[in-house]
Amino acid sequence: MLTTEEILETIKMVQEENLDIRTITMGISLRDCGDADHKVACRKIYDKVTRLAGLLVKTGDEIAREFGMPIVNKRISVTPIALVAEASAAENYLEYAVALDKAAEAVGVNFIGGFSALVHKGFTGGDTMLVESIPLALSSTERVCASVNVATSRAGINMDAIAMISRVIKKTAELTAENDSIGCAKLVVFANVPEDNPFMAGAFHGVGEPDCVINTGVSGPGVVKSAIKKVGSADLGALSETIKKTSFKITRMGELVGRTAAKRLGVPFGIVDVSLAPTPAVGDSVAEILEEMGLERCGAPGSTAALALLNDGVKKGGAMASSYVGGLSGAFIPVSEDAGMINAVIDGALTIEKLEAMTAVCSVGLDMIAIPGDTPVETIAAIIADEAAIGVFNHKTTAVRIIPAAGKKVGDQVEFGGLLGRAPIMAVSKFSAEKFIRRGGRIPAPIHSLRN
Amino acid sequence: MNRLKGFPGDGGGNRIVITVIGPDRVGIIAAVSTVLAENSINILDISQTIMQEFFVMVLVADMNNAAVDLITLKELLGRKGEELKMRIDAQHEDVFNYMHRI
Repeated sequence: MLTTEEILETIKMVQEENLDIRTITMGISLRDCGDADHKVACRKIYDKVTRLAGLLVKTGDEIAREFGMPIVNKRISVTPIALVAEASAAENYLEYAVALDKAAEAVGVNFIGGFSALVHKGFTGGDTMLVESIPLALSSTERVCASVNVATSRAGINMDAIAMISRVIKKTAELTAENDSIGCAKLVVFANVPEDNPFMAGAFHGVGEPDCVINTGVSGPGVVKSAIKKVGSADLGALSETIKKTSFKITRMGELVGRTAAKRLGVPFGIVDVSLAPTPAVGDSVAEILEEMGLERCGAPGSTAALALLNDGVKKGGAMASSYVGGLSGAFIPVSEDAGMINAVIDGALTIEKLEAMTAVCSVGLDMIAIPGDTPVETIAAIIADEAAIGVFNHKTTAVRIIPAAGKKVGDQVEFGGLLGRAPIMAVSKFSAEKFIRRGGRIPAPIHSLRN
Repeated sequence: MNRLKGFPGDGGGNRIVITVIGPDRVGIIAAVSTVLAENSINILDISQTIMQEFFVMVLVADMNNAAVDLITLKELLGRKGEELKMRIDAQHEDVFNYMHRI
C-alpha cells in the first residue's frame, strides 16, 4: 500500500524539482539498407526509419500524459552510417545525412544520431568518406548528429583519427560560424563508446543490437540536489546513501516509461541510461549538486572527489532499479547545458584542466565546451587525445564535444538556445603539442596488469 | 501515516491516483467526485490532509468501467481545477508503485 507522503513526494519531484524522462530513443538498424546505388540506399533508410518510428512521438506524448511524467525528447539512433553507406559508390555521404534529416522531420523527432564511424584501429574507405562528409552534413542538416569512436581500451588510441577529426571540427565550426558554430555541438569524439547510448549527440545503434529497440535516458539533477539539501550537514556516508535512494527512484521512472513505450510500439526494451543530465534551467544542474554538497563553487578543490561520490551513488542506486542499465550511465558535466557550470566558468572557478580531471571519475568527458575560434588544430587534437587517454587507460567511456567558436575569443559567449544552452569561451593553454600530434600513428592499448 | 487502500502491490488493474492541491474551500470533494461519477469511475479510497495552509486530497479510483480514457479525464479534472482554483491531476498508479515499491 502506498502512503499519501509517497504520492506527494513523486508529484513534488515532477512539479518542483524538474524530474523528467530526458529521452526515449528508438534504435534502428540500417544494416539492411545498404545498396550500390546511394539513391536507393537513402530511400530504403528513409522508408525504414519512418515506418518504425512513425508512432514514436505520439506514443511518447501519450505515456507522458498518462503518467504525468514529462518526456522531454523523442529521438532516433541508427547504425553508424559508414557501415551502411560503404556499399555505395557515392562521392560523399551528404545525401545520407539529408535522408536521415528528412526522416527525422517526417516523424517529428528533434535529433537523429548515427552519422558515425568506428575508427579506433583504422579507417575503411567508407569511414574516411563519412568523416570527411561531417562538416557539410552538419552544416546543411538540422537534426543529424555525428560521432566518431577514435579509441578503445583494447585497440589503443588512433592518433591519426584524432588529427583528422580535429580538422573536421574546425571546418564544421567555420561552416556554421553564423550560428555560433553550432555544428560542433552535434559532433562527439569518443573513446570506448557504448553502443546503446540514448543521449545525443553521441547516440548510435550498435552492431550487436537487435533490429529495433527502445532505450531511455533519465534525468533529475534537481531531485538529487533537493534530497541532499534535506539531509543538512550529514556525513559523506549518509550523503551517498541519499544519492543512491534518489537515483533508485529516478531510474524506476525510466524503467517504467521505457518498458511501457517498448510494449506499445511492439519492439524490445533495451536499457535505461542512468544519467544525471542537466539542463540550462535553474535548479536542474549537476554543478549545483556539488555546491550543495559543500563546495563554494563547482571547480573548487574537492570537486573531483565530490563528483566521484555523486557518480558512484547514482550508478549504485540506478543499478538496483533497473534490470538493464547501459549507455553512458553517470553524471554529465556539460558546460553550456548546465547553469551552475556556466556560472562557475564565468567566476573563474572552473577551467578546462579541472574539467578534464573531473571527467576521470564521471560519465562522458569534456562536453559542450566553447574555446577560441583561433585555437590551432593540433591543440584541439591534443585535448581530445588527453581525454581519450583518460578513458582508455581507466577502462571507461570518455568523449569530447568541443566548439572552437569561429571568430570568438575568451570573454565572448556562444548561444545555442534550447537544451544546448549557452557557453562562455574558455581559455586554452597557449603551449603547443604540434610535434607530438604530427607524429601520427596509434598509442598502443594499455597493459591490464600492474595497475597503478 | 495515511495508508491508501486499493494498492494490492502487484498492480495489474486500471487504477489511477488523483491529487488535488490548493487552498481549502467548500465543495472540493463534491466537485471532484461528480466528475468521476459522471464518467462511471469508481472511487476506491480518499485521503485528505492539510499541509501548511494547503488542502491536499489523494483519491484512488478504478477506471475499469470508465466512460472516458485517462487523458480525457485529466482534461476534465484540469478544467474543474481551474474553476476551483486548485491543481487537480490524475496519473496511472504504476508511476507510484514503480517509484516506491520493488
